[in-house]
Amino acid sequence: MRRAWIVVWKDVLSERRSKETLNALVFFALLLLFVFQFALGPDRARVEAALPGLLWIAFVLAGLLAFGRTFLVERENDCWEGLVLAPGDRSAIYLGKLAGNMLLMAMVEAALLILFALFFSLDFTAALPALALVLVLGTFGLAAVGTLFGALTAQLRARELLFPVLLLPAVVPVLLGAVTATQTVLAGQPLASASSWVTLLAAADVVYLVVGLLTFEFVLEG
Amino acid sequence: MAIRVLGWLAVLALLAGLGAAFGYAPREAVQGNVQRIMYLHVPAVLTAYLAFALVFAGSLGYLLTRRPGWDRLALAAAEPGVLFTGITIASGSIWGKPTWGTWWTWDARLTSTAVLFLVYVGYLLLRGMIDEPDRRARAAAVVGILGAANIPIVHFSVKWWRALHQPSTILGPEPSPIAAPIALALFVNWVAFTLLLFYLLAKRTEIARLEDMHAG
Repeated sequence: MRRAWIVVWKDVLSERRSKETLNALVFFALLLLFVFQFALGPDRARVEAALPGLLWIAFVLAGLLAFGRTFLVERENDCWEGLVLAPGDRSAIYLGKLAGNMLLMAMVEAALLILFALFFSLDFTAALPALALVLVLGTFGLAAVGTLFGALTAQLRARELLFPVLLLPAVVPVLLGAVTATQTVLAGQPLASASSWVTLLAAADVVYLVVGLLTFEFVLEG
Repeated sequence: MAIRVLGWLAVLALLAGLGAAFGYAPREAVQGNVQRIMYLHVPAVLTAYLAFALVFAGSLGYLLTRRPGWDRLALAAAEPGVLFTGITIASGSIWGKPTWGTWWTWDARLTSTAVLFLVYVGYLLLRGMIDEPDRRARAAAVVGILGAANIPIVHFSVKWWRALHQPSTILGPEPSPIAAPIALALFVNWVAFTLLLFYLLAKRTEIARLEDMHAG
């Protein structure tokens, strides 16, 4: 557990000093907003109807960029060997990277919600606690698979192509659950009416986390 | 030699299956001849599930033992698995046009089968991108295990999302309501497809073994 924290701390520190990923991701999110606006036109009702889907499209696209970079930075900075040689259980590295990705995505998602609220004049405050739970559960599922596959593809050729091709079909259940639950929450209904989806998201999160923890040492081997 | 015998058995069984599907089985009362696509559709999907179970077994076996034979099993099962899933989707589509009036609909089972197809196409793409055998085997095994663990989650998520396809008749809990001759024709075809899968498996593992020998 302590090792996982060290990995998180190291990544947060290097991100705080370089700010390369977060800045680019928030800017990317802003660009997505423009794309959505151009695609849907000025009709507010249309934006509101498509909102849960739009939010998750933005999260997934940002996630694809963020998770794909998780282990790429280690390679670019020639730190891969050091990471692999670090003593102790490799699953700590997975946990650390996963926590770092969750942190990063939390900031991107917060920024996106604010931008959405601003540009489409929406009000999320009423639904915020329930929405936060759905976002955390959904993002955890994305990040758990994304971190694992990010490590898996970091050393491969054509990784920027392969990574989304592997990740997207694998996270279909997370997307379905997250979008449906978000829809329920944003419609003002209590979270209990989407309880089966929340359960499914939680179950998927647990399964992905367990598979990730168990298989990660094989991913990092070479 | 044994592989060749298995191959001929598969050929014979497929011919018997063809005879059973078009000669022996009666014309279905409501759907007419279109229903006969089922003799391709259902055995194909059952065989695909078996193949993906074998991918899972091979992936697990490789990570636990590190014997390349397990990896060759996973590879040899994934390819026909994708093929049979493709056959399932294509034949279902051809059946759906006259019966449901549409080639494709975002129904639960159609969608989950399509997702399954995409997951394992990704698996094969990944394998194609890595040259080094040990690394390829490890990466593929991780994806194979996650893919298998994901199947029930995909199944339930898509099921709650929507459902139009009739529920499973063969694997369901109640005794099957299918008429005996139709069930028999299905059974013959299922046996034939399973034999074909095992023939392809044996052949493909053999080829992969020779490839590894040649590379190593």
